[in-house]
Amino acid sequence: MEKETCRGAFSKKILEEAKKDKNIIVVCTDSRGSASLGSYPDELPNQFVELGIAEQNAVTVSAGMAAMGKKVYVIGPASFYSMRSAEQVKVDMAYSHNNVKIIGISGGISYGALGATHHSLQDIALMRAIPGMIVEIPSDANQMTALTDELLKNDCPAYIRIGRGEVPVINERGSKIEIGKAISWYGGADAAIIACGQMVYRALEAAAALEKEGIHITVLDMHTIKPLDTEAIVTAAHKCGCILTVEEHSIYGGLGGAAAEVLKTETSVPLSIMGIPDEDVPNGTDSEVLDYYGMNTDGIVYRVKSLIEKKNTLHK
Amino acid sequence: MKLTTEHKKELMIQAMNVRVKTVELIYHGKGGHIGGDLSEIDILTVLFDYMKHDSGDPDCPERDHFILSKGHSAEAYYSILEEYGYIDRQDLDEFGSFRAKLGGHPNKKIKGVEANTGSLGHGLGLATGMALALKLNQCNNRIFVLTGDGELAEGSNWEAAMSASKFKLKNLTWIIDRNHLQISGLTEDVMPLENLEQKTKAFGFHTLVVNGHDLEEIYEALDTQDAAGKPMCIIANTTKGKGLACAENKAEWHHKTPTLEQVEQMKKNMAEYRKEFA
Repeated sequence: MEKETCRGAFSKKILEEAKKDKNIIVVCTDSRGSASLGSYPDELPNQFVELGIAEQNAVTVSAGMAAMGKKVYVIGPASFYSMRSAEQVKVDMAYSHNNVKIIGISGGISYGALGATHHSLQDIALMRAIPGMIVEIPSDANQMTALTDELLKNDCPAYIRIGRGEVPVINERGSKIEIGKAISWYGGADAAIIACGQMVYRALEAAAALEKEGIHITVLDMHTIKPLDTEAIVTAAHKCGCILTVEEHSIYGGLGGAAAEVLKTETSVPLSIMGIPDEDVPNGTDSEVLDYYGMNTDGIVYRVKSLIEKKNTLHK
Repeated sequence: MKLTTEHKKELMIQAMNVRVKTVELIYHGKGGHIGGDLSEIDILTVLFDYMKHDSGDPDCPERDHFILSKGHSAEAYYSILEEYGYIDRQDLDEFGSFRAKLGGHPNKKIKGVEANTGSLGHGLGLATGMALALKLNQCNNRIFVLTGDGELAEGSNWEAAMSASKFKLKNLTWIIDRNHLQISGLTEDVMPLENLEQKTKAFGFHTLVVNGHDLEEIYEALDTQDAAGKPMCIIANTTKGKGLACAENKAEWHHKTPTLEQVEQMKKNMAEYRKEFA
């Protein structure tokens, strides 16, 4: 299967767009290499700002530039931009309505054995609680390209979390997305999985395996965590009667938490939240860690079947 | 350029008016950061006279920009904005009431305010970003930012200072209201800042030290033409609570409401001072 990195897709797209728009600025914090920025700094030196290893300052300086009309894309590790710069995001980006977009790279557990200091497993909980923020987790490189297009048309502050490695390409090249609108796959009515980021591919694999067993589910690619597509969640709940959320994030406060907030006020269907539990994560690659927590085809299939059983018990 | 005697006199009268207005605002609003308000008033008075700005055209692209990083000293800022017609007198009168337009910290929703501040250690970074954008656009507007001194314990200031220096932002002027006091006492006891002049110079600024209540000194520092292409830092030595006798140089007046008698006494002193001055 074709694989590509989201960071590579972003870098390619932003270089292309920045050549046409002098107000686009890319900001790095000694992160141009890990961001795969390639030739951008050399080709557009007047639209590239290097601020050294200082993420808080990077967000504030970016907000200052945005206040003067620049469209600023800050790119660096999600772990540092979400937690270390949290106050700068809250005050200088969101509360101040400055057009700064953070591209948080190597998000979730992408950094693997580099450990908890480098993991971002609480970023979604934090970012989605800040008024005015857009929060996105694209599922593949093509979606990242489409999202960049959308972000360029939008002057709201945003946090976009992407992974480090290559992820399977599931969306067609040139496909479009709408911020705040989930993408539905399969369309079955036995259960629904709501997933984001690289977990969408794993959810689709599980859906394919379930199809073979005659279990038909819906998979929602919830690339936008905020503003959340509540309509899609409620519709899926009414149609399928049970929901499993799957995310590369703490089980607290992320996509699952967001879905729960909607489901518990709008419906009473069983909900199961699959994510990283509240504990120290073992050393290993992201795939090894996800497998360890059962966040793979077999594990997701098992959770879906359990949910369907629960739904059926409730309906008896 | 120097201030003419007449101009200086006008500014001194304005500064007195702003002092009285600020103290009344805090009295009627039942609270405010009075000590730092009063220490910064002479700086704000000269700055608003010096900067290119127009309340009739507040978004004018040619204007200079000001950020009050020590956002808690908002009452003096509001008073000077009212002097220049950005804020209505009624808005000042409603300060402290429910849903008032003017809150305890400045917000861009208020005409004339360029940045939302309140959490300390953000202003210099914002100013750096604004100055950098102007430089990239090859514009000549200037950015002025006023920080407190206690605020400088926030490391973000020094990250911003490194950046301003890296990008040679000669359009940026960082003014420090050096009143030597913060809520818990002397800055040098809470977290020593000295040698502040050497520190700012080491961070790449062209630093000048002035008496922050001497309008001429402030004006001349702002008008410095030769900063060797560096961002500028003006350390303005001030007195916390300046002009309110009972509050001068007292840390406990960082945030306090004066009594009616104290307000009246201050107004009386100011009136006498004005008579002498005239």
